[in-house]
Amino acid sequence: MKVRVHVSLKPGVLDPQGRAIHHSLEGLGFSGVNDVRAGRLFELDVADSTSDEALDDMCRKLLANMVIENYRIEKVAA
Amino acid sequence: MAFRSAVITFPGSNCDRDMADALEKVSGTAPYRVWHADHDLPEGLDFIALPGGFSYGDYLRCGAIASRSPVMQAVIAAAEKGVPVLGVCNGFQVLTESGLLPGALLRNSVIRFVCRDVTLKVENAQSLFTSGYEAGQEISIPVAHHDGNYYADDATLDRLEGEGRVAFRYVGDVNGSARQIAGVLNAAGNVLGMMPHPERAIEITHGGTDGRELFESAIKGLVGA
Repeated sequence: MKVRVHVSLKPGVLDPQGRAIHHSLEGLGFSGVNDVRAGRLFELDVADSTSDEALDDMCRKLLANMVIENYRIEKVAA
Repeated sequence: MAFRSAVITFPGSNCDRDMADALEKVSGTAPYRVWHADHDLPEGLDFIALPGGFSYGDYLRCGAIASRSPVMQAVIAAAEKGVPVLGVCNGFQVLTESGLLPGALLRNSVIRFVCRDVTLKVENAQSLFTSGYEAGQEISIPVAHHDGNYYADDATLDRLEGEGRVAFRYVGDVNGSARQIAGVLNAAGNVLGMMPHPERAIEITHGGTDGRELFESAIKGLVGA
């Protein structure tokens, strides 16, 4: 089973990287970009029997830092 | 009584020798050197130090992989029993990632790696690590980091301040840290995490000695003067 885990900073947590990317986009002449937030995407290939609880556990224990980040699990159709 | 300390080395640690040198010079006894894959710590430790560096290449998040390594389970258990733990720079990141200290360390707000001496204000001069300083004293300690921007939600920051758990604050903005926090203590006061490097300021040839008192304080507090 292919699973994508999207990890993003919680709203309100300062994102210096997103801000620098935003600044760079403006430098390239792209106008109308209101905000940029940088995140991470993990692509996991796991056994079909992997439970939702186990996936949640993986996110909470390692893939995301729950102090500053949120995660979203997306199961990808084969 | 000999001072029994340990310095933990992770793959990518690079301040472990400096930390070991500081502990040996101040206490007179060389610390144990413990590798990240060890499951057990030496018996009867008085002090554990997590050094600076780039453990596991800062993969995933700074300190994230190190905080899940075998030896950290033993460090967490020791900390919960009251053994003093000092985490400097990457060691601070490992402590927040492991849950021993609240909050997280984000990328510096200035985006740049910051490497210079900074002035710190001693906020709490009553902890095991800071009793040799005066409250409000300003000291000069080097920093060298890319991810030292301390973050915690407002309720947590209020609690840390209310409980006297902010050990050091930067004088002036260094990296965007919330309320200019440079070092925090756990609730029991036996775990200190800080971004600045006291082990790089223990002898005149380092350019300053303001970090020495931190080690002196801890050693005096633990084994007597």
